[in-house]
Amino acid sequence: GLPSTLRMTVGWQLERPLYDETKNFTCLDGSKSIPFDQVNDDYCDCPDGTDEPGTAACPNGFFHCTNAGFRPQNIHSSLVNDGICDCCDTTDEYNSGVICENSCKELGRKEHELLAKQAEVAAEGFKLKATRKLVGLREAKKDWEIKVSKLQTFKEETEVPEKEAKEKHRQEWEGILLCSLSSPSCTLHVVAFVLVFLRKTKKPEEDREMPPYDEATQALIDGKTFSIKIMIVDLEKELSLDLGRNGEFAYMYGKCFEMTTPEYIYRICPFNKIVQKPKSGGTETSLGSWGMWVDLGSNNYSQMKYDHGTACWQGPSRSTLVKLTCGRETVVTSTVEPSRCEYAMEMQTPALCQESRLQKQHGDEWQQAHSEL
Amino acid sequence: MLDTLEISQAATSLNLLHEKTQVLLKLEICGLEDNTVRFRITELETRRPRFEASDVLVGSPRTYSGKEETASEEKTQDESPEGEEKAHEEEPDLGTDEKENQEEMTEEEEEGTWEESFKSHHDSKPYGPMSVGLDFSLPGFEDVYGIPEHADSFRLRTTSSGDPYRLYNLDVFQYELENPMALYGSVPYLVAHSPERTLGLFWLNPTETWIDIASNTAGKTVFGKMLDFVRSANEGPQMDVRWMSESGIVDAFLLLGPLPTDVFRQYAALAGTQALPPLFALAYHQSRWNYNDEDDVLAVDAGFDKHNLPMDVIWLDIEHTDGKRYFTWDSNKFPNPADMQNHIAGKRRKMVTIVDPHLKVDSSYSVYNEAYSRGYLVKNKGGGDYEGWCWPGSAAYLDFLNPEVRDWYASKFAYDSYLGSTDILFTWNDMNEPSVFNGPEVTLHKDALHHGGWEHRDVHNLYGFYQQWGTVGGQLRRSGGNERPFVLARAFFAGSQRFGAVWTGDNLGEWSHLKASISMVLSLNLCGLSFSGADIGGFFKNPSTELLVRWYQAGAYQPLFRAHAHIDTARREPWIFGSDTTALVRTALRERYALLPYWYTVFYWAYRSGMPVMRALWIEFPKEEQTFMIEDEYMIGNALLVHPVTEAASRGVNVYLPGAHEVWYDVHTQKKYSGGQEIYYPVKLSTIPVFQRGGTIIPRKDRPRRSSACMSADPYTLYIALDDQKSAEGELYMDDEHSFNFEKQNEYQLRHFLFKGGTLKASVSSHIPPGKYSSTEWLERIVIVGIAQPMMSVLLKQPGSQDAPLAYEYTPELSSLIVRRPGVRLTAEWTIVIR
Repeated sequence: GLPSTLRMTVGWQLERPLYDETKNFTCLDGSKSIPFDQVNDDYCDCPDGTDEPGTAACPNGFFHCTNAGFRPQNIHSSLVNDGICDCCDTTDEYNSGVICENSCKELGRKEHELLAKQAEVAAEGFKLKATRKLVGLREAKKDWEIKVSKLQTFKEETEVPEKEAKEKHRQEWEGILLCSLSSPSCTLHVVAFVLVFLRKTKKPEEDREMPPYDEATQALIDGKTFSIKIMIVDLEKELSLDLGRNGEFAYMYGKCFEMTTPEYIYRICPFNKIVQKPKSGGTETSLGSWGMWVDLGSNNYSQMKYDHGTACWQGPSRSTLVKLTCGRETVVTSTVEPSRCEYAMEMQTPALCQESRLQKQHGDEWQQAHSEL
Repeated sequence: MLDTLEISQAATSLNLLHEKTQVLLKLEICGLEDNTVRFRITELETRRPRFEASDVLVGSPRTYSGKEETASEEKTQDESPEGEEKAHEEEPDLGTDEKENQEEMTEEEEEGTWEESFKSHHDSKPYGPMSVGLDFSLPGFEDVYGIPEHADSFRLRTTSSGDPYRLYNLDVFQYELENPMALYGSVPYLVAHSPERTLGLFWLNPTETWIDIASNTAGKTVFGKMLDFVRSANEGPQMDVRWMSESGIVDAFLLLGPLPTDVFRQYAALAGTQALPPLFALAYHQSRWNYNDEDDVLAVDAGFDKHNLPMDVIWLDIEHTDGKRYFTWDSNKFPNPADMQNHIAGKRRKMVTIVDPHLKVDSSYSVYNEAYSRGYLVKNKGGGDYEGWCWPGSAAYLDFLNPEVRDWYASKFAYDSYLGSTDILFTWNDMNEPSVFNGPEVTLHKDALHHGGWEHRDVHNLYGFYQQWGTVGGQLRRSGGNERPFVLARAFFAGSQRFGAVWTGDNLGEWSHLKASISMVLSLNLCGLSFSGADIGGFFKNPSTELLVRWYQAGAYQPLFRAHAHIDTARREPWIFGSDTTALVRTALRERYALLPYWYTVFYWAYRSGMPVMRALWIEFPKEEQTFMIEDEYMIGNALLVHPVTEAASRGVNVYLPGAHEVWYDVHTQKKYSGGQEIYYPVKLSTIPVFQRGGTIIPRKDRPRRSSACMSADPYTLYIALDDQKSAEGELYMDDEHSFNFEKQNEYQLRHFLFKGGTLKASVSSHIPPGKYSSTEWLERIVIVGIAQPMMSVLLKQPGSQDAPLAYEYTPELSSLIVRRPGVRLTAEWTIVIR
C-alpha cells in the first residue's frame, strides 16, 4: 500500500474537493460509501475506481499527474508503478524501484517552442493564403472562363475545314462504289484512290468499308480541333474542381510536389495524380488519380483521396489518402504504405492555416501550465 | 523360425520371414517402464540402411525391470498390477491381430516402384520400394483422436470412403477444412479412448505416412447396434488402424494407460514435455506481414498504449530483412534495429523476427557463403547443392539433420553475429516443411540428400523439428543457457514441444476457420504440443469486425494468442474499427492477462507431467460418453470450461456442462449451474462463455497492465468455486518467469490451496519437492462462490501472529463472498477461517 504521507497527495486531482479525510468517502458514481482509510489503500472498493486515485488497484481508474512546468495529465491506473515512467513529474512510479527523471521543465520548454513556432507558421501561412493565393484564384477563374469561351469559338472555326475534308473523302468513296469499270474516267479515279488505299491496308478486294482518311484529312482531325476538345474538357473539369471553401487550394493546381525516401521518389500533383518512382530508375507507378475530399462534413478540407492507381498483383488498385495540415510551405512530409497498396501521405500547406485562434488558444494553455508552477 | 525366439526379462525377439520377398526380419517386443510396450521390426540383412528417428525420443526408453514401479510422484497408485493389465488387454491381441507385416508390401512391381513422376517432377527412387506398415486392432474402442496436423474434426473419422489421413509436412496454400490431407506438421501419435481405458499408439516414423481408420460400428444406426447386441454378445465395438510409411522401420509404442493422465505421462516419457515458456510468450502477440519500418513498429506499440490494450510482443515478418536474407535488416526500413528494440524493451515488451530455413543463393550473403563453403546445404540427387525457389528467389536449404550444422546455426544467433539483435528479440521459424515454391508439392525432392547419405524421403517430417532445435540452441547459447528460449515453428514432429510453440499456419479469415481452430489446437494439445494456436483474425482475407472480435475472444482462451495477417489484407490493429470494437478486444485481452497466473500454472504441469494445457472434455471426464464427440468446447487445465462463440450474429450457444455431480459457475456472473446437462446460454457480442468448475481454485492478477512483465509484482486474487461438498482445491506455480533458475537453482514455488470445512489453507504443494523462490507478491482478495453467509467472522491466522479479522462482503443472491485485502504473501503459510 501507499505510505500514509503519500496517501493524501499522490494521484489526486487537486481541483476535486471530494476527498475529505474527516468523512466517509463516497465513490464518485455514488454506488458505495467507505471509511476514509480505505481510500488509496491499494484495494479497489469503488466500481468506478475513484477510491484509488493514487494506486493501480482499480483497472478502470485514472491517476492524475500535476506535471508542474508542463501539462497536467490523467493516465490509466494500470500505468502506476509498472516500472515505466509515464508522468514527466515521475509521480506515477513512487513504488516500483525504477528511477525516473523529472522532465516536465524540458518538455514544457520544448512544447512552448513548438507551439510558438506553429503559431508563427499558422500566422504566416494564413497571411499567404489570404493575400496572394485567393487573388490569384479569382483571376485564374475569370481567365479560365474566358479561355473556355474563346476555345469554343475557335473550335467551331477550325472544325469547318475538317468537316469539308471529311465530306470530300466520303463523296469520293461513294463515287467509287457507284461508278462502273466501263467508264475510263471512273477507272482512273478508282486506280488512283485504290493505290493510296493499298499502301495502308494491302487487301482492298474484301473490304467494302470506307478506307481511312488521307493524311491531310487525318491531320486536321488529329490536330487542332481534337486538342481543343481535350482542352475544353480539361478546363471544364478544372472549373468544377472543389478547391476549398474559398478556393484556397487553387494555388496547388497544376503544380507538383516531391518527397524522396531512401528507395523512392513520391510526386503528388494535387487534384491530378500521385506517382511513385524508384530512385534506382525504372517505371513510374501510379498511386492514384484525384478522387475526392474525404470527410468534408466534420473536418474541413483536410483529407484527399486519390484512387484507381496501378493495380497490385493479385490485389486491389493502389490508392492514397493525403492528410493536410497547416504549414508555411507546401511540402510532403511523409509517405507510408500501412496496408498493401493503400498509401498514406502527409502534406503541409498554408491553405489550412487558420487565423490567430490557434496562437491564442495555445498561449492560454501555456499560461495555465505555468501558473501551476 | 520359432527357434529364433528369445525371451528375456527385458524383451522378446523373434525372426520373421517375409514370404513373398524372402527377406529376413527381426521382431522385438519390449516391455517398457510405466505400462508401455515397444514393438520394432527391422531387417536382419540390409541392402540399404533404414533411418531410425532416435532424436525424437528424449532418451533410450527404459525397459521394464519387473520390479516395483519407480514412476514419478503423480502416478496413481490404485492400478491393478502390470502383468495382469497386459494379460487381458492389448498385447495378446496385437500378436494375433497384426494382420500382415507389410514391409515390401508390393506384391507385383507396380509402376512407380523404382521411379516416379509427379506433374513435372521426377523421383529417381534409387533404392526402390522401402515402405513399411502395420495394422492395429483396438477392440473395445469406438473413439480415436490425434495424428495432427489436419484441418479436420478432433475426433477422427473412418477413412473407408475416402483418402487416408496423410502426414507429410507441406506448405499448403489456403487449406481446405474437413480434409484429411497433409498440412505443415506431423505427429504420428493416436489416442484411443473408451469409458474403460485410454490407450496411445505412437508410430515413430518421420517419412511420408498414411493412416487408415476403420470401425465396426461407425455408420451403424442405433437400431443396427441394438440388433448386433441381440444377435451376438461377442462382437463388441472395434477400431482398426493401419499405418503405412514410405521408408524407415516399424517402431511402434503402445501406451496402455489406463487413464488419460497415465497416457500423457507415458507419452511424455518417450517424446518429452512442453518446454516451459517465459511468461511473456503466454501473453498477447501482435503480428502482421509486415510492420513496414521502425516508425510503423513504434506507432503500433504506441497505439496499444494509447488505447490501454495489453500487448507483449511485436513481430516482424520477411520484409524486415535485406532481400530475404535472414539475420539481416533492410537498412532503409530498419536502419537502427537495436534502438527500436530498446524502445520496445522500455515498455517491457519483446520482439520476434522471422528466420526461415532457406538461404538466398548469393555469394555476398555471408550466412549462405559460409554454409556453402562448409558443405552445410542439402544436396540434390547428383551430389550438387540443391537449389529451389522461395522468398529470396533462388534458395539453398540448410541440412539441419547434421548436428554440426545445428551447432553452427546456433552460433548465428549470437549478438555479435546477428547484428542488430538484442536480448528481447526472439524467433519465428516459418516455411520449414520445408517450403520450396518450385518443388514437388511445394517441398524438397524426395531424392535430395542429407548428412549421412539419407534421402530426404527418410527424414522429411523431421526437417522443421531440427531447425527449431537449432534455433533454440542459438537462443540458449546467447544467454549462456540462462534464459528460456521462445521459438515458434510452422512445421513440427512428435517431440517439437521440447523446443517451443507451433501454430496452425496460413488459415483464412472465415467463421469456419475460427471453428476449426478449436479442433486443430485440441488435437495438437492431445499429442504433446500444448503451446499452439491459430492466427487471430485469419491469415488470408479480411475478417468482418464481428468475426475479429469473436476470434480475439476465442484466442484469449487458446494457448498461443497471436494475431497475424497477410500482406494483402487491410490493417486490423484492434483500434481501427472504432471504440466499441476496441473495448470488446480490450476485455478479451484483459481476461487473458488476468488469468496469466493460472495459464502459467497449467503450463507448468504440461512441462512437468505432459498434461495438455487445452483439454478435450473427455480428458477430464473420461467415463462420460456424452463428452467423446464434443469439440466446440474444452477445458483449460482442470478448472475452466470454455465454449467460444464461432458463429455470426449468434444469440446463444448450447453448452454441455459435464459431470452429474459437478457444479459450474459462470465466471462473469457467478451464476451456478449443475453438471450433467446441456444449457442454452444467451450471448451478446461482449460475451465469452467461460465456466469455473466447482471444487477448484484459480489464481488471478486482476490488474491487467500494458505487458505481462509490468504485472510481475502485482497482488493476486484467488477465485474459489466450491463443489457440492463445499470444498475446493488449487495450485499456483511461481518463479522468475523468464530464466532457468527454476530448473538449475530450484527457484520456484508451487503453492497449494485447500478450502474445506470453512477453512482455506495455503501451504507448499506436496506434489513436487519444495522450491526456494522468494517473492513479495501478496494476496489482495479472495472470491468464494457457492458459500453460505459467514455467521461470525473471517479470520486470518498466521504462525507467530495474532488472529486478524478480515473485512468481507457477501452477496446472498449469488452465494458469493469477497474477502477484502488479506495482505498475506503467497509464499507464506496461512489459513483463513470463515465462521
